[in-house]
Amino acid sequence: MSYIKAIQVGKDFGDGDAKVTAVRNIDLSVEQGSFISIMGESGSGKSTLLAMLGGLLSPSRGQILMEGIDIYTLNRTKLADFRREFMGFIFQSFQLVPYLNVLENVQLPLAVTHYQEQDQKRLALSALEKVGLENKAHRLPNQISGGEQERVAIARAVVNEPPILFADEPTGNLDSRNSTEVMKLLTRLNAEGQTIVMVTHSRKNAEYGQRIVEVADGRLAEPPAPAIKAAS
Amino acid sequence: MKLKTIALNNLRRRKAKVFFLITGLMIGVSAVVALMTTTRILAEDIAHKMDEFGANIIITPKSEGLSLTYGGLNLGGFSFDVKEIHQDELAKIKTIENAANVRIVSPKVFNVLETSSQKALVVGVDFNSELALKKWWKISGKAPETDSQILVGHDVAARFNLKTDSVMDIKDHSFSVSGVLDPTGSQDDSLVFMKLPLAQKLFGKEGQVGMVEIAALCKNCPITELVAQLSKALPTAKVTAVQQVVEGRMDTLHNFQNFSLGVSGLILFVGGMVVFVTMMSSVTERTREIGIFSAIGFRSSHIMKIILLEALIVSLCAGVLGYITGIGVTWGLLSFLSEHRPHMSLDPYVAVGSVVLAIFLGLLASFYPARAAAAMDPNEALRTL
Repeated sequence: MSYIKAIQVGKDFGDGDAKVTAVRNIDLSVEQGSFISIMGESGSGKSTLLAMLGGLLSPSRGQILMEGIDIYTLNRTKLADFRREFMGFIFQSFQLVPYLNVLENVQLPLAVTHYQEQDQKRLALSALEKVGLENKAHRLPNQISGGEQERVAIARAVVNEPPILFADEPTGNLDSRNSTEVMKLLTRLNAEGQTIVMVTHSRKNAEYGQRIVEVADGRLAEPPAPAIKAAS
Repeated sequence: MKLKTIALNNLRRRKAKVFFLITGLMIGVSAVVALMTTTRILAEDIAHKMDEFGANIIITPKSEGLSLTYGGLNLGGFSFDVKEIHQDELAKIKTIENAANVRIVSPKVFNVLETSSQKALVVGVDFNSELALKKWWKISGKAPETDSQILVGHDVAARFNLKTDSVMDIKDHSFSVSGVLDPTGSQDDSLVFMKLPLAQKLFGKEGQVGMVEIAALCKNCPITELVAQLSKALPTAKVTAVQQVVEGRMDTLHNFQNFSLGVSGLILFVGGMVVFVTMMSSVTERTREIGIFSAIGFRSSHIMKIILLEALIVSLCAGVLGYITGIGVTWGLLSFLSEHRPHMSLDPYVAVGSVVLAIFLGLLASFYPARAAAAMDPNEALRTL
């Protein structure tokens, strides 16, 4: 069964002569527990598609259904709650809050939930353990390496155990060794049941996914490719 | 972790900006505190001095008859035929509820001096209270010290050709002129002053007074209340407030307050603008951060809360520091503005008010930036990443 379904989703920016169509009527289904790689060149519309799937950017047309709910019919507050409970985000360039330490950064999504301080810490430490950084919990982001920062970002994305994880170029700022580590980590999370939708321009990284979707000029370049076995 | 942790950590990180914000708001608050406190203390001081400066209540016998003026002021009915006020009754003045406000009581007795060619009004006064009441008097010579000495007004001296140490005969008694008043522009220029007991004896009015001038400290008590209390204590007398003097004093105070309020408003506006501009720039700088908060599920209200919480903490510090600085500045200012340093009283309402004002101003100026941050489109914010 589809966990997320994009139906004829399109996105335009600007008006009149300045109108640019970033995504042209795409249909896409994401199955629960799957790992989908959305591939494409810069400006192909892959990040716009990810933003729409993740409830961050309202489409100009079409629907994004999640467990049957058209998420863009929700008001701003409910959509924020929906993102917090059902989605995790990993951004390019880590995007950690510089004045919060590693543990606090991971706790961030829990700061506006019902969790008590102690439970927040326990969950954050557990997420840090998953990415192997529990011993650096009290460091500031600028006191750890780029690869470690990306792992902190992954821990933050999974701390509240969201059903789906969106990753936008998660290895964009990492060297080859750290990229491999991060991709292995995502693969492991997927193997544990985490649904992942990842945007990348790297064929090598895309092949970590079970399925590759190529986007070019705002369209799916070809019908969805057959599933590829996740690289270990 | 709570939202306040985020707010506090952000403030700790942006020390320079926080310092600038607190300083900007603190200067505004301290200027207002200094201005208000200085104005209040000076106004009190001036009111005190003005209260000491001349009479503001006149007591005359109740009567119908001749109209008499004194110093350009209508004293009501006054006649030599009317039974004078008993001097013993004046002790009752000290028994009224607001007796503490009565600073000077100056009883007088009047009589007309006639010579073959000239006339003058002789006034018996208690020189201690009269000199305290009329601080503007300048005497060439000195005030009478013995019963045989008199003080004469400038016009009387000219008409009777008198100067210091001249001799003047009144009712078969010879008096030496101990001093001549410099021109005052009032009726005092046409009067001859002698000691009250002697005047009472000389004119056959022992134990009686024709008029009492009172200087009351009226800043904190309504003069009408004092008049009512005095009327009750002295039922045979007519007690009148000198309205021009009272209103003049109130006008002076109101002018001070209006000036202080006007300048305070201006300073607060500038302080508010400093906070507004700084908070707006802070929000712009934090677009990325706000985008992350929004993407991971913070509601608009959570983002607003973080920014307003920061503004609250900054404003609270600015309010407390502003009050302390303002009081310090007031202390320094009073040395420059007044020869004798007036008593510096601290008003707890100003202390609480300055903190409340700083918080109100800080939150008000931060409200729009907070709303702008909360309304930020998460995807727009993420596109800046």
